[in-house]
Amino acid sequence: MAHFSTPDAPRFSVEVYQNACLPEGGREVNAIITVTSSAGGGATAGPPIPGPAHEPIPAYEGVLGGYEDAPGASGRGCSPRAAVVIMVDCSGSMDYPATKMRHARDATAAAIDTVRDGVAFSVVAGTHKAVEVFPGDGQLAIADPLNRARAKEALRSLSPGGGTAIGTWLLQADLLLGSTDAAIRHGILLTDGRNEHEEPQRLRAVLDACAGRFTCDARGVGTDWEVEEVTGIAAALLGTADIVADPAGLTADFTRMMETAMGKEVADVSLRLWTPKGAEVAYVKQVAPTVEDLTARRVEAGPRAGDYPTGSWGDESRDYHLCVRVPAAEVGQEMLAARISLVRPVPDGVGSPPSSLARGLVRAVWTSDLAASTAMNPQVAHYTGQAELAQAIKQGMNARKSGDTEQATAKLGRAVQLAAASGNEDTAKLLAKVVDVLDVAAGTVRLKAKVAEADEMTLETRSTKTVRVKK
Amino acid sequence: MSQMPQPPQLSACPTCTEPPQAGDRYCDQCGADLTVASALAAEAALSAEAIADRSDARGNLQEARGDLPEAPRANGAAWSTHPGPEPDGYEPDGHEPDDYELAAPASGGYGQVADPRAAAALGAPEAPFGAPEAPQVPQVPQVPQASQAPLGAPEPPGGTGGHPETNASTHTSAASSTGSGTGPGTGADPRLPGGEHRLRCAACQEGTIDQDGYCERCGHAQARERDHMESELDGVAAASDRGLRHHRNEDAFSVSASALPDGAPVVVAVVCDGVSSATRPDEASAAAALAASQALGASLPRGAHPQQAMNEAIIAAADAVNSLALDTGAAAPRHEGQRHQNAPACTIVSAVVTSDILTIGWIGDSRAYWVPDDRTTPPARLTEDDSWAAQMVAAGLMSEAEAYADERAHAITGWLGADAYELEPHTASYKPDRPGVVVVCTDGLWNYAESAEQMARAVPPDARSRPLNSAQVLVGHALDGGGHDNVTVAIVPFPAAPGRAGSA
Repeated sequence: MAHFSTPDAPRFSVEVYQNACLPEGGREVNAIITVTSSAGGGATAGPPIPGPAHEPIPAYEGVLGGYEDAPGASGRGCSPRAAVVIMVDCSGSMDYPATKMRHARDATAAAIDTVRDGVAFSVVAGTHKAVEVFPGDGQLAIADPLNRARAKEALRSLSPGGGTAIGTWLLQADLLLGSTDAAIRHGILLTDGRNEHEEPQRLRAVLDACAGRFTCDARGVGTDWEVEEVTGIAAALLGTADIVADPAGLTADFTRMMETAMGKEVADVSLRLWTPKGAEVAYVKQVAPTVEDLTARRVEAGPRAGDYPTGSWGDESRDYHLCVRVPAAEVGQEMLAARISLVRPVPDGVGSPPSSLARGLVRAVWTSDLAASTAMNPQVAHYTGQAELAQAIKQGMNARKSGDTEQATAKLGRAVQLAAASGNEDTAKLLAKVVDVLDVAAGTVRLKAKVAEADEMTLETRSTKTVRVKK
Repeated sequence: MSQMPQPPQLSACPTCTEPPQAGDRYCDQCGADLTVASALAAEAALSAEAIADRSDARGNLQEARGDLPEAPRANGAAWSTHPGPEPDGYEPDGHEPDDYELAAPASGGYGQVADPRAAAALGAPEAPFGAPEAPQVPQVPQVPQASQAPLGAPEPPGGTGGHPETNASTHTSAASSTGSGTGPGTGADPRLPGGEHRLRCAACQEGTIDQDGYCERCGHAQARERDHMESELDGVAAASDRGLRHHRNEDAFSVSASALPDGAPVVVAVVCDGVSSATRPDEASAAAALAASQALGASLPRGAHPQQAMNEAIIAAADAVNSLALDTGAAAPRHEGQRHQNAPACTIVSAVVTSDILTIGWIGDSRAYWVPDDRTTPPARLTEDDSWAAQMVAAGLMSEAEAYADERAHAITGWLGADAYELEPHTASYKPDRPGVVVVCTDGLWNYAESAEQMARAVPPDARSRPLNSAQVLVGHALDGGGHDNVTVAIVPFPAAPGRAGSA
C-alpha cells in the first residue's frame, strides 16, 4: 500500500555560530542559528507517486469526492497534504495595458499546472470583493489532470473590472483553506495596484487574523502597487515578496512560487527560544534568505520560553540572528544563554507538548582573556552587516522620496559599501541603478537624477535579501 | 570539617537593596550577582584561624618568591638518561632483577640541572644511593599505617557519605571541600552542590538540570565529570579541579597500582595539563594520561626497567596525543610552516614508585616534588620544567627570580603533541632513604607553592597515610590562592606499600 501512516518528516538540523566568550561583566550574547531542513524521503523529490497497481485516478466529480487514494494524503485517509489558493488581481487597472491581464491569466494557468496531484487548490479573482473562480461553492478541488484542465478553462472568465480590497481576498482564502485539514496551507497573491478600496487598518486586521492560519507569497506586477503593502502581506504571512515589473515575467515567477509551495513538507514550525532567568531577548531576526525581524512575534511558551513562528519548510536553510542579554557571571563561569529548538504542534495532539525537531545551544563563557572575548564571530559580523545593509537601503530610499538628498546619499552610500564588502552582488547591482557609485570602498555615491520606477521599487522590495557568509 | 556551606542569606541586594528571594543567585530587581556578596559574607564568617592560615600561606609564597636561591647547577640526585641495565648497579635486597645506576652524585646525565636540594632530601648527599647505606630504605612493615586511618576510608570531609573509593574509577566528587581552606570558596562555587543528588542547580539552588548539564532556570553550567575528579587506590590518590577562572578542566590524571614480577607493589601516577592555546587540550591530556598509564601498567608487571618503561610510556602518550591531530579530519591542507598549528597538546609528569625506587618522567612544566614524612629533613623538586624560565636559568642568562618574573616564564618549550619539535622525555630515578610522598602536579598547584619548601608546608603531615585527603587539601590550597588555572595533584606515598597493590 502506498499510504503512509505518518509522512516521513523532513530532518531538521540546527547549527550555532557564536563566540561564547564574554569579558568580565559582559552581558550580550550574539549567535547566528542556521536551521536546515532536508527532505525526509517523503514527497519532495518529485510529484507524489500514485499507489502502484491501483485503480485509475477517480473520475472527476467536481468536488471533494473520491480522492481517497490521492497520493500524498496523510494517514487519516482522505485529507490532502497541502492546499493552495491563488488570488489574482482582477481590478480595472489590470486592463492597462491589456497584456497585464493576459499575462496574469497565463501565469495562473502555469501555476495550476505546477500543482501536484492530490493537492487541494482553488482560484480566487480579487477586486473590491473576492470571487471564487474555481471550483466554487466555498470548496477546494483536488488536483488531477481533469481538475487542472477545468481550472484553466475557468480562468477565461477572469476579466478586469472593479476596485482593490486585498483584505477580502485574504479572508476568502482563509475560508477556503479552513475547509480542509491539509497541514500545509498556502496562498499566492498577485496585485497590480494599491489597496485602495479598503482602510489600511482593515488589511492589518485581516493579516493579524490570518497569521498562523496559512502562509502567503505576495507579488506586485507593474509599478503601480505599494511596496510596503506587498512586503507587509508576505511578512505577516511568512511568505516571500517580490516585484514582477514586466508582466511577461509572471509565468516563470508563478511556476517557481508554486514549485516552492509544493516542496513544503512541514507547516507551522516555530523557533522556540529558552533563555535563563534574568535574561532579555534583545532581538530575534531571520537574516537569510531575507532579513525579517521576528522579535515582536513572540508567543510565550512556558517558563522563560517563547515561540517565534517560521511558517512551513521544504528543503531549505534559513539563518537567524539571536541577541540575548544575560546576567553577567564571574570569570570562569559558563552559562547557557539560550536554547534553540524547532518545534511543531503534534498532529491531533491537543494539549500535548509540541515535538522538537532539532536543538541548539547558545553559550556564554566569561573569561579574562581579552583576545578571546573581543573576537567577533564571522557569521555574526556578516549578518550584522547584512541587517545594516537592509536598514540603510530603506532609510536611504525614504530620504530620497522625501527630498533629503544628503541623508539619502549618505545612507545609500553606506549600503553600496556594505553590499560590496559582504559580496551581496544582487543588491549591489540594484543599488547601482539608483545611485552612481564613485568609490565602492569608501561608499561615495551620487544620486541618479532619473531612476526608473521599476528599479526603485525592485531595490525597495529586495532590500532585505541577504547573502550567506562566503565559506 | 566544613560541610557545603550555603551562601549566607543576604537581607538585601548590595546594589539596589531589593530583598532577594531564598536561593536567588541574581537579584530579581537589578540582576546583581548575589553570590559575590554572599561569598564575601561567607568569608567574613570563616574562622579566624582559617583566615590566618591562608594569609600566612600567601605571605610565605611572596616571601619565598623573593629569596629563591641562585640557579641550581649541581645535580645531587643521580639520574640516568639511558636507563638500560647497568651491571654495577644497586641491589637493595638481592632480588632486584635489574640494576640501576642511581648513585652518580655529579651533574645530571644529560645536562639538565636539578634542584640540589633533591639530593639532600632523598638521601644524605655524602652517601649516594649506591653506597652500602642502602638499609636506610625503610622497612616496609614499619610503616605504621595500621595504626592510622585506613587508606581506604579517608573520611571525605565534604560529607558525601564517606564511601571509600577503593578502585581506580575516577569520579566526580559531589563535595570537594578539602578542609578548612575551601570553606569560603564553596559558598560561591556553583559546581559544588550540597548533596549527592544533583537535582537542583548548584548556582541558583532552584532550577532543575537539563540534559545538557545546564540549569533550566538560570542557565548556569553544572558540574561536569571533569570539573572535579578524585581517585584513590590503596597507596595512591589524586584530585583534579577546574579551578575558579577556567570554564573547563583541561587537566587529566591517572593512578594505578600493580605488582612487579616478584610480587612487589608498584604504584603509578600520571598527571597531564592540556595546552590551552591548542585545540582540544582536554582531549589531549586525557589521552596522554590514559596512554601512559596503560603503557606502564603493561610493561612494569613484565619486569621492565622503570626508567625504560617510563620513557616508553611517555612516547606512547605522545603517540596518543599525536593521533588526536589526525582526527580533525578534513582540515584544509596547511603550509609546511604552519602544519599542525593547533594540534592538541599537553604536558605530562609521571611517578612510578616501588618499595625502594622512585622514578619520575616528564615533558613540559608539570612537576613532581619529594616531601618526606620527617619535615625536619628537606623536601625537593624532582623535575626541571621545559619552560622558558627554566631554560633561561639553565643557560645562566637570568636568575630564577628574574626569569619567573618575566611574562614569558610559563611558555613551555616541550610538550606532547603533533607540533612538538622533538620528543625528549626526561626521566630520573631516586632512592629515597626515608618515607615520604611524591607530589605529582600541574602548574595550577605549584603556582601557589613553587619551591619544595612551600610545597612541603602545604602538604598535610599525614599525607602518606591519607593521600586522598592530602590531594584534596592541596587542590584547596590552589583554589584559596585564586585557582587561576586547573589544578591537578597526585599523592604517591613512598615506599609503595606491599599487600595493597593489585587492587586495580
